[in-house]
Amino acid sequence: MPIKEQLKQSLIFAFWFMILTFPIMVIKVNTIHNTIVFRWANLLWVGVLSFFASWLWNYFLRRTEARKKSDVDEDVPLIHQLLQNNRFRRPFLGLLAAFFIAYPFVFPMYHTSIMISALVYVMLGLGLNIVVGLAGLLDLGYVAFYAVGAYAYALLNLHFGLSFWMVLPLSALLGTMFGILLGYPVLRLRGDYLAIVTLGFGEIIRIVLENWDEFSNGPRGISDIPAPTFFGHQFNQDNTMIYIYFIVIALVLMTIFFVNRLENSKIGRAWIALRDDEIACQAMGIDKFKTKLTAFALGATWAAMGGVIFAAKTSYINPMSFTIWESITILCVVVIGGMGSAVGVIAGALVLILLPEYLRAVAEYRMLVFGALQVIVMVFKPDGLIKSVRKVYTFKTSQEPQQEKIAHGTHT
Amino acid sequence: MEPILNVKNLTMKFGGLKALDDVSIAIEKGQIAALIGPNGAGKTTFFNCITGIYDPTGGEVQITPPGKNTQSLKGLKPNYVTERGVARTFQNIRLFHGMTVLENVMIGRHCRLSSGIIKAMLKPPSQREEEKKAVYDSYEILEKIGLDKYVNEMAVNLPYGAQRRLEIARALATEPFLLLLDEPAAGMNPQETKELDDLILWLRDNENLTILLIEHDMKLVMSLSDWIHVVDYGKKIAEGTPKEIKANPDVIKAYLGEESDDA
Ligand SMILES: Nc1ncnc2c1ncn2[C@@H]1O[C@H](COP(=O)(O)OP(=O)(O)O)[C@@H](O)[C@H]1O
Ligand SMILES: [Mg+2]
Repeated sequence: MPIKEQLKQSLIFAFWFMILTFPIMVIKVNTIHNTIVFRWANLLWVGVLSFFASWLWNYFLRRTEARKKSDVDEDVPLIHQLLQNNRFRRPFLGLLAAFFIAYPFVFPMYHTSIMISALVYVMLGLGLNIVVGLAGLLDLGYVAFYAVGAYAYALLNLHFGLSFWMVLPLSALLGTMFGILLGYPVLRLRGDYLAIVTLGFGEIIRIVLENWDEFSNGPRGISDIPAPTFFGHQFNQDNTMIYIYFIVIALVLMTIFFVNRLENSKIGRAWIALRDDEIACQAMGIDKFKTKLTAFALGATWAAMGGVIFAAKTSYINPMSFTIWESITILCVVVIGGMGSAVGVIAGALVLILLPEYLRAVAEYRMLVFGALQVIVMVFKPDGLIKSVRKVYTFKTSQEPQQEKIAHGTHT
Repeated sequence: MEPILNVKNLTMKFGGLKALDDVSIAIEKGQIAALIGPNGAGKTTFFNCITGIYDPTGGEVQITPPGKNTQSLKGLKPNYVTERGVARTFQNIRLFHGMTVLENVMIGRHCRLSSGIIKAMLKPPSQREEEKKAVYDSYEILEKIGLDKYVNEMAVNLPYGAQRRLEIARALATEPFLLLLDEPAAGMNPQETKELDDLILWLRDNENLTILLIEHDMKLVMSLSDWIHVVDYGKKIAEGTPKEIKANPDVIKAYLGEESDDA
């Protein structure tokens, strides 16, 4: 498009936006003195800013379009290139490991605490990624399983004195069980219907927790949840935080390890097939119902374990921690990070959870920012920040399959 | 000997519409049979009823796999039909676009693999062995079908004709004895159609498959088929050898007369 056209388009947009925001940005009614103040300077600001915003938006949009057209095999995300390249992989992973090991010792407790939250979201994101990203089931009630884990630890500890280390594996089982229990009746549904019903289930769990006083202590929640011990040894407060930090790191590594294996196995392929085409998937001999249920159940497993960590870290839980907004935040992590892409989800969790913590000004508008981000990502990078890549197999022609490695593949 | 596929009095109603009305078709082992008829005659619906995508309103669907007893497919879910050895392709291509060509074929191996979730997570030697074999078998199928050069491409990036062949490759991976092809030549150029012709003959002769195909390309149908069934408005109006069908006045009236060269 010629530059004149571009300018015209942006000018029209700016003008339209000035009219649109005129009542709130320019007119100010002073009800005490019954006067109206016109803040014309604001109008100028709105005009200039929206002009540049529109111009930038169009610029990037054109660039995205051009790239899409120019070649089908879009570039492999940088991070995958790094991980794939033997020369870079080791130093890269080494640096990453060094950073995460040094982190709690270098930075004050406050930062460690925030990082723990972010890492819990990595777990949650990877779990939900199985359900939404791989199996294509839009689950808006994912937080229910997070609550199951947190309350499992709080209650089992309160009533039976079970320790963190006993509850952690138990919660994984409980999460799986709840996943099957809730999944069974809703999995006949698809798409929007599934989303609505899971949303309902998520809310039901929260409302039950809020109202069933004898069971969950209602809205007052449960306090004095003990931190994990190290072979019976209880650390002081600061060291406990560091300890939990390393527990989460270990759990995240475990999650990545298992999820990666699942993704490239018979069951993982079945999930993707189900997402891509339900009818063809069944015609390939895949049991639709079983496949959906396993995705639901395995997704729930990680959420429940995340819940245990959350309870142990905050030492206090109440139903307000498990609202629909939590589900939506986790969904944002998956969608913005890159559906079906583990690396993307990890990046998404770190960005979306850490950013609002450090940019306090943004924190209040968290959901607004997420929404805007969602739109921007969908327009410019529909596959998410870091899109998924499929495993590539190499062959010596008509010989045994060789060592496999990751390379590129486009995703439409 | 029992026919390999024996469909008796199959009826499928959609509300007031009888898409299939009392259709009986028997396919012998080793046959290449064709199902033809004008658009909307009920051919795809016939496939959907056999493969469990629709539950037929009435009638019976029986198979007799080589060396096994006769069994009914009626009311079975699609995945069980596939497990019992009946595979199909789709008229409107239904590949898994988020996966590579190889993975598309590996999906076909799904029902022949045994490793479950626990094994996928722990990867014991048996699972590794099985995965390796699945990759190898799938690659072998791609070689046979002539798609091995695309092995790591994303399925959507393939040329149209190759996508149709990939659907066949994927169906083969399920180890069928009966293959149902729904308009496999649709959208192919003459060269691709010729190659498809060879491929179908090769499948019958070397893979011991029985094949039932729906096709509009009359040249392909007449040269390939041993036996042809004709449906019109959900009713079967004729069956016979290509020669007989060509001469059948009912068929000419219903189908060949109107759109004899519909590709
Ligand atoms: N799921 C369905 N619901 C309602 N009508 C259908 C459905 N599937 C097919 N039909 C109808 O059944 C008839 C036969 O369709 P189809 O089997 O696709 O024809 P063909 O494959 O021979 O061209 C058509 O009139 C079609 O509209
Ligand atoms: Mg059809």
